[in-house]
Amino acid sequence: MKNKPYSPIVGRIAALFLLMITATQGHAQGFAGLGTTADGFAVPERGRALDFPQDHGAHPDYRIEWWYLTATLTGDDGHDYGVQWTLFRSALQPGDRAGFASPQIWMGHAGLTTADNHFAAEKFGRGGTGQAGVTLDPFAAYIDDWHMRSRADAGADPYDRLDIRATGPDFAFDLDAQAQGPLVFHGDQGYSVKSFDGQASYYYSQPFYDISGTLHLPDGPVSVTGQGWLDREWSSQPLSDDQQGWDWFSFAFDDGHRMMGFQLRGAQVFTAGTWITPDGAATPLPAGALQFTPLGTERVAGRDVPVRWRVDWPDGGVSVTTEPLNPQAWMDLSVGYWEGPLRFSGSHTGRGYLEMTGY
Amino acid sequence: MTSALTIERLCKTFGKGPDAVQVLDNANLEVPQGQSLALTGESGSGKSTLLHICAGLEPFDSGKVVLAGHDIADADDHARATLRRGTVGLVFQQFNLVPSLSVAANLSFQARLSGRHDPDFVAELAQRLGIAQLMSRYPEQLSGGQQQRVAIGRCLAARPRLVLADEPTGNLDEATGDAVLDLMMELAAQAGTALLLVTHSTRLASRCNARVHLRAGKLQVPV
Amino acid sequence: MTRAALQALLSHWVRSPFQLAMLLAGLALATALWSGVQALNTEARTAYATAESLLGGGNAARLTAPAGQIPESEFARLRRAGWDVSPVVEGRMAMGQTRVTVLGIEPLTAPAGGTSEELVAPDVTDFLAGLGFAHPQTLDEIGPRALDLRPSQAVPVGTVLMDIAQAQALLDKVGFITHLTLAPVQRDGLTPLATLAPDLRLTPPEDGADLAGLTDSFHLNLTAFGLLAFAVGLFIVHSAVGLAFEQRRTMFRTLRALGVPLRHLALLLAAELALFAVLAGVAGLALGYLMAASLLPDVAATLRGLYGAPVPGALQFNPAWAAAGMAMTLAGTALAGAQALWQLWRLPVLAPAQPRAWAHAGMRSLRLQGGVAVVLAITAVILAQTGGGLVTGFALLAAALLAAALIMPLVLAGALALGQALARGPVAQWFWADSRQNLPRLSLALMALLLALATNIGVGTMVSSFRTTFIGWLDLRLVAEVTVTPRTPSEASALQDFLQDHADAVLPTQRMDARLAGQPGQIYAMKDHATFRDSWPLLDAVPQVWDRLAAGEGVLINEQLFRRAGLRPGTAMLDLPELGGVPVLGVYPDYGNPRAQAIIGQDLFRATWPETPISQFALRSETPQALIAVIQDEFGLPSGQITDQAQAKALSMSIFERTFMITGALNVLTLSIAGIALFAALVTLSGMRLVQLAPLWALGLTTRRLAALELARALVLAGLTLLFALPVGLMLAQILLAVINVQAFGWRLPLQLFPADWARLALWAGLAVLAAAVPPAYRLWRYGPNQLLRVFAHEK
Repeated sequence: MKNKPYSPIVGRIAALFLLMITATQGHAQGFAGLGTTADGFAVPERGRALDFPQDHGAHPDYRIEWWYLTATLTGDDGHDYGVQWTLFRSALQPGDRAGFASPQIWMGHAGLTTADNHFAAEKFGRGGTGQAGVTLDPFAAYIDDWHMRSRADAGADPYDRLDIRATGPDFAFDLDAQAQGPLVFHGDQGYSVKSFDGQASYYYSQPFYDISGTLHLPDGPVSVTGQGWLDREWSSQPLSDDQQGWDWFSFAFDDGHRMMGFQLRGAQVFTAGTWITPDGAATPLPAGALQFTPLGTERVAGRDVPVRWRVDWPDGGVSVTTEPLNPQAWMDLSVGYWEGPLRFSGSHTGRGYLEMTGY
Repeated sequence: MTSALTIERLCKTFGKGPDAVQVLDNANLEVPQGQSLALTGESGSGKSTLLHICAGLEPFDSGKVVLAGHDIADADDHARATLRRGTVGLVFQQFNLVPSLSVAANLSFQARLSGRHDPDFVAELAQRLGIAQLMSRYPEQLSGGQQQRVAIGRCLAARPRLVLADEPTGNLDEATGDAVLDLMMELAAQAGTALLLVTHSTRLASRCNARVHLRAGKLQVPV
Repeated sequence: MTRAALQALLSHWVRSPFQLAMLLAGLALATALWSGVQALNTEARTAYATAESLLGGGNAARLTAPAGQIPESEFARLRRAGWDVSPVVEGRMAMGQTRVTVLGIEPLTAPAGGTSEELVAPDVTDFLAGLGFAHPQTLDEIGPRALDLRPSQAVPVGTVLMDIAQAQALLDKVGFITHLTLAPVQRDGLTPLATLAPDLRLTPPEDGADLAGLTDSFHLNLTAFGLLAFAVGLFIVHSAVGLAFEQRRTMFRTLRALGVPLRHLALLLAAELALFAVLAGVAGLALGYLMAASLLPDVAATLRGLYGAPVPGALQFNPAWAAAGMAMTLAGTALAGAQALWQLWRLPVLAPAQPRAWAHAGMRSLRLQGGVAVVLAITAVILAQTGGGLVTGFALLAAALLAAALIMPLVLAGALALGQALARGPVAQWFWADSRQNLPRLSLALMALLLALATNIGVGTMVSSFRTTFIGWLDLRLVAEVTVTPRTPSEASALQDFLQDHADAVLPTQRMDARLAGQPGQIYAMKDHATFRDSWPLLDAVPQVWDRLAAGEGVLINEQLFRRAGLRPGTAMLDLPELGGVPVLGVYPDYGNPRAQAIIGQDLFRATWPETPISQFALRSETPQALIAVIQDEFGLPSGQITDQAQAKALSMSIFERTFMITGALNVLTLSIAGIALFAALVTLSGMRLVQLAPLWALGLTTRRLAALELARALVLAGLTLLFALPVGLMLAQILLAVINVQAFGWRLPLQLFPADWARLALWAGLAVLAAAVPPAYRLWRYGPNQLLRVFAHEK
């Protein structure tokens, strides 16, 4: 893994994106009745129906948003691989303006994990000039020469087929993702509560991608196939003051089921999740339904990170232990976090992705 | 016979108050033209001071000093300098010569200052003083004795009315000193020049026409 | 033993406080001048580094458009193609009570490593929201302001750093950027820029604001003056140290006879010198700091006016500078004291205590000096023949000056010998002979005086020659009665239309940056107009130069480009972008411009670079004030955008005057030091001259006359020195004009003579010499018989 010195500016900018995982300025839930935070950002409201394709695009009135794709892949060389492609948006002020005057800040992250290596790269840019952003028709999320573009047929949901590309100093990937199932809405029809205080976000996924493509590694290109999971989430003040970070899992069971689960670590641990049948029917898992137990830590990037877990959903008869492809899958970027592919076994087997922040 | 130098009731005190030292107390002295007079005394008795007063180099408290008819008490600095240039010749024990001038230039310097330069006479003096072969040298290249002979030659070359000499042979060995003194006396006699010689040597003093002794500020003719 | 010996050694200084004062003053002044100049240089260089490091150092190449600005969509297009570029908007505007350069950057994409990064990072969200940064001095100049500006030393003076969005709005450049910076490392496999953006021009990093390179010659000038002043100061130290050693010979003999080892004694003396050096060094550093602080505003103004270099007017204390200054003082003291220590080392225990007269030893060393002078003179001639390079120029200058200084005592000795030979009368002869004999004692001080006088004459001649030429040139160049600078391209075209009806002639300025014969420079368009045909000064040109220029058949180049690239009109070709080789038609003087410049006909320029906006209008009018009023009414231009001829001339002249103000100040200081050196030499000499003068006094010369002769001697020696300094100074001026200026600035000026200046200098020098000579002469006059008689006194 490279240790590149990060610019202090992008470090600070990246910190804006940490709003999701650390306590932030005034959680203005008191203004929830007005539907805005103290500084004018919109706040998610329970019961608002998501509207597509508009909601695939950006929501500049909300403080933070992302387009987050993870993929568990297998190469024609027989090895396991993991890929992450993310475009984050963070607004300094609600709304948008043309040119450099735009208050919308964009950050791209790309990760590529092999059994003994982990590559990461990032990009920063400002909305308004065309350097970074999201367009709807045709759908494209982009920053510099990275993109996630729709290749769906006319009339189909733009997310049905995506073309994903990113390049780093020593890696690149080009992927083609075709959805094999419907969009899945977490929480209450996409209104996902994130704490006991009631902070929430809009959150939906496309967990059914079949993926093929090429990874460009220092040793040469590798053709890969596998499965992918796209998360879409936006909000304005999601975390509570005491919440330090989260552990987020996506599981693709060998039997075709999917499961999303996360815990927000704080004074009280807040858990939530979604059980997804192969045809896309989603069951929200309420707080406390899921249990996450770390099974020992590894020294990663100078800190102790619990890279192996047992995840239990007693009511659903699920009890699995996870094993990372590469325990050292640290995203050594302006904002560091752990993100990598895993396999699990126990009551069920399959592959998945784990993101851990705040360590 | 006219007097080259006359001193009457000369008083001189150094210092003031209880520390005052009176070196001359109503001293009287006369040196006739063409005569030589030896002034002897203990070290510190005031011999040199008396000599300096006579040359107009040092002021005095009271009394009268008449130099070749000029009362130097009445003379200002300029007039005294004129007297030194034309009337008096001085020979000190050391540092008589102008260091930047050659022996030849030093020899003729005072004669030229007083407007009585005679090259033949200078040449003769140089011969007789035994310094003719040193004419192109500079003072610092000479021995003490040689320097002293040049100083005497310079003084005589100007044909002054009165030569005031302060231990002029102090730097010379006895034989040379005698020879130089003989020459001085001879030339002084020839030119009618008076000579006041300060010395502590009774042997030298005995060769002069007369002798006075300075003690406790008083001049006495020794018995 | 050490303590007792040291006590004995130091007792000398207690008894000779004046000597000690001179020694310390000499050292302190030398240190002050040298370190003051270095402080100025350090401050300026720090400012350049600040300017260059603001945006990631000098290692970022730039992309620019011939039209002067780039649509911001080009930035996104290049980013989307994978190129790591960052946009910059830059422009001048009135802000508060001054004009500033607004520098707008895009912090998210700015190349890593610039100081702007450290500055912006802690408050990047505020920065994006409109927070700006400026040097405290700039903030003072702006005064009350609406913008949220924070003080920072990291921003060059005169610049306001802010986010690009706000800069675009302030500069009326929304949607446009001035240039793109290109990160030093780019990904492999990108579409080449030449294909992607053929309209953009890539400027290599070294062509940017390479202020350090541009201003090198200016700083070398300062350093040379500082070194000269330091050398003059060391003359004082050398003579003071030498005198103190000579006067203490008896003491050395006694100490050694009493059993102090030679090595120990030498160490003690070295320690004594080091102590003095440290004391004087500290004082000198303080003085130097004060000097630099008072000169800095002028130096900063010069650098800003001449090179556009942002140098603040307030001096920062820099420990590195102080350490270097102190080291220089210690080294200089060691140099000045080495001879004395060497003599002590070779001195037999029972050497004569009486200082031997120095006349003959002095003459020997004079002859040795003469030999060295001849070698240096030959070196200078060889350097003059081989030529090339600013450093060679200064070496030539140093060799020539030093040769002149070393040969001067011989010349003076000759002159005095002549005087002696011609003199009639004993006192006159003694006067010349005595002057000759004392010459070696005074020669160091006289050499210092020579250097100071020659420098004064040389630099004065250069500056005056320059001023005369410059004023004549300005009159020819600034013919237009009014100059108007539009704020935007749209305003430029509106002005163009409007002015056609209101001015007698409208002469638009269009220019673009370009490399000319490998150097960064600019190409200007020139309209075919009687104004230029009648008065544009040319140094050299082909026949029908104006017709051929108007027909687009060639190019005029400035003298700087002509000299550096050796492009002779009529034969040489100059490569221009887009146009290829173009014949050189003429050379014009272009004083005050450090860069290369070329002029082509307006028609050819517009055909080649049609996008280039008009940056300025020169207007001819019978009634300039009325014209200015009309333009202001119509366009509401701020007064800074409209200049009348008188203003332009005044501005040019003020830049010019300030350019040489620092040399003028150093001139005066150097002359003062030489005066002090002479004073010190005369005072110490007067103490030793008692032995020389007492016999003359005894022989009937009054002290008053002797004192008058002493004064006369000082004046004669100074007068002879001045006479000698005249040709030396003119030689210096010739070297400055024909070698140093050509190398440093790229222009050569005719040497002109200004005898009135010399007369003024002679007067000042005479006064300085009198000031130096009167006190010791007065003391001599006031010597009582006691002091003089003591010389002859018996050892009682």
